[in-house]
Amino acid sequence: MSSRHYGPLHGIWAIANRELVKWYKVPLIIGMSLVQPILWLALFGKAMNLGNLFTSSSLQIPGLNIPSQVMDELGRDIMLKVFGVTDYFSFLAAGMLSFIVLFMSMNSGMTIVWDRRLGILNKLLTTPVPRSNIVMGKSLASVVKSLVQATVVLLVAVLLGMQFRTGLNPLDFLGTYAVLFLLSMGLSSLFLMLALRSTSWESQMMIMNLVNMPLLFTSNSFYPLQMMPWWLRSVAMVNPITYSNEAIRGLLLGTPGVNLYLDFAYLVAFAALFTGLLALMARRMLSR
Amino acid sequence: MPEPEGAISAVGLTKVYNGKLVAVDHIDLRIEEGEVFALLGPNGAGKTTTIGMLTTLVRPTEGSAKVGGYDVSSQPEMVRRAIGVVPQEYTADEDLTGWENLTFIASLYGIPGDEGRRRAQELLDMVELSRFAKTKVEAYSGGMRRRLEIAMGLINSPRILFLDEPTLGLDVQTRTAIWSYIRRLKDEYGMTILFTTHYMEEADSYASRIAIMDRGKVVRIGTPRELKDSIGGDVVTLAVDSMAAAEEVLRSAGIDAKEYDGSLVFKLKDASTALPEILRALMSSGIQIRRMEVSEPTMDEVYMEYTGRRLRDAQASSEEVFAMRATLRRARS
Repeated sequence: MSSRHYGPLHGIWAIANRELVKWYKVPLIIGMSLVQPILWLALFGKAMNLGNLFTSSSLQIPGLNIPSQVMDELGRDIMLKVFGVTDYFSFLAAGMLSFIVLFMSMNSGMTIVWDRRLGILNKLLTTPVPRSNIVMGKSLASVVKSLVQATVVLLVAVLLGMQFRTGLNPLDFLGTYAVLFLLSMGLSSLFLMLALRSTSWESQMMIMNLVNMPLLFTSNSFYPLQMMPWWLRSVAMVNPITYSNEAIRGLLLGTPGVNLYLDFAYLVAFAALFTGLLALMARRMLSR
Repeated sequence: MPEPEGAISAVGLTKVYNGKLVAVDHIDLRIEEGEVFALLGPNGAGKTTTIGMLTTLVRPTEGSAKVGGYDVSSQPEMVRRAIGVVPQEYTADEDLTGWENLTFIASLYGIPGDEGRRRAQELLDMVELSRFAKTKVEAYSGGMRRRLEIAMGLINSPRILFLDEPTLGLDVQTRTAIWSYIRRLKDEYGMTILFTTHYMEEADSYASRIAIMDRGKVVRIGTPRELKDSIGGDVVTLAVDSMAAAEEVLRSAGIDAKEYDGSLVFKLKDASTALPEILRALMSSGIQIRRMEVSEPTMDEVYMEYTGRRLRDAQASSEEVFAMRATLRRARS
């Protein structure tokens, strides 16, 4: 027998690579999964441009002769107080990065359901790849897909007029990707965990649809924490998407009052917890 | 290195699903290096579950098994390195080409890129799929897919190869072709092969030894010749006008006949000299013999002897099979 090496990470990349090869063979799917966040950006983001509400051109109260400069300054101040930036579009665009990551990571569970149904999983389970590495590979593929899609969303947002903070440096982008990486890893692991024993893609779809919107709307993707009623805010405070949004807005838009250490600590804990749980459960639950 | 426990050994191996459905019931097996060993039995006899336990897919409820010298429960990853598995279902990824599937599996076995590609090419040549290497698997025919599966099972040059129903659902011609590949592989690599089948003639002509399984138990193990000899003599089939009367006559001659398919079936040592005597006794009791057949025992008869059923009967009851499969599926989920 020739040289065979089985490191602790054996098979992770091979498994991930197979998913990715299948993915970029079908550009249509890549394009379709981008439709949602781009629609949100282009339609919602542009139409709901709250910043325009409070400008001198849109607000002229008859009888009151408010100087346009005052109106504009007032508007800017309100926006800054509430959203931390002067235009809502940039606020939403930053939130959309976590949105697309959530969207892509949710699909991780589907890959294992399909592999089980098509018999491929049975083959994988007879190879020397440890059970935990099989699911880690799938998680990694999901992370790579998420980051590629997030890049596309970011580019589209810039084209549509997303404005970064002054004094932006490359490290801010690096930080953004680190945030998205952690978020994606945790979410992929979570959805893989839910799919470990599942043989029906219908129920997996249902879980995805069930969790998708609540996760999004209980985060600060569309509106800031301080606009929420106390009960929603307490839910949002546990939602990892809240922390990724906050970190990304702090890094790219320069929104004030962001505690990067806290955000990163929370996301690292989130990713580590669910990756660990997934590895542990895969070892127990993939065998019959 | 000689293995004191053979290539595969199992002691009291048992699988119970959900605490009540006994799929495999305390089986003992010992398969030597280089053997071609068949598990023969109808659907639902526990063959696939047995293979599942030996290939570390299914966790045994009780008992133990060693494959290639490693324990399936405590050293599953060592077992997986030593074996190749061709499962019952197709496992190749339809969205990928045959080539991509093979190199993917090679990487899962930790085979370095160059060697993996060389090996993939070699195996594609062997199963005559080189022409379709760059074709997506979804375009393959059943026989081509099965050949690809076999190539995938061999990518790591396993010492022990498991084949679960390697010819299921294929036409006779393709089945013969698949077996010629398997035999060639065996000659070339000299590995131990364990396969399951419910085709009598496959077990009979390709296995060096056969274990007959029924309802989760191994009811008999032996070479095809031993099994045929063990059932004691030739098989006589008689169609008569009065079954009951004929049975009575036979019983008084010390022969235990079974009714099957409107005929009486019984075994007779040295039928060519013993049969005339019996026919005389039957006719003198006024029994009309409409048809008579004497045959050397076939695997079919061996199977009937040890399980009380014909394999064909066991297969024919498709409802039972479906019920069993559905139960197994539910039990596993």
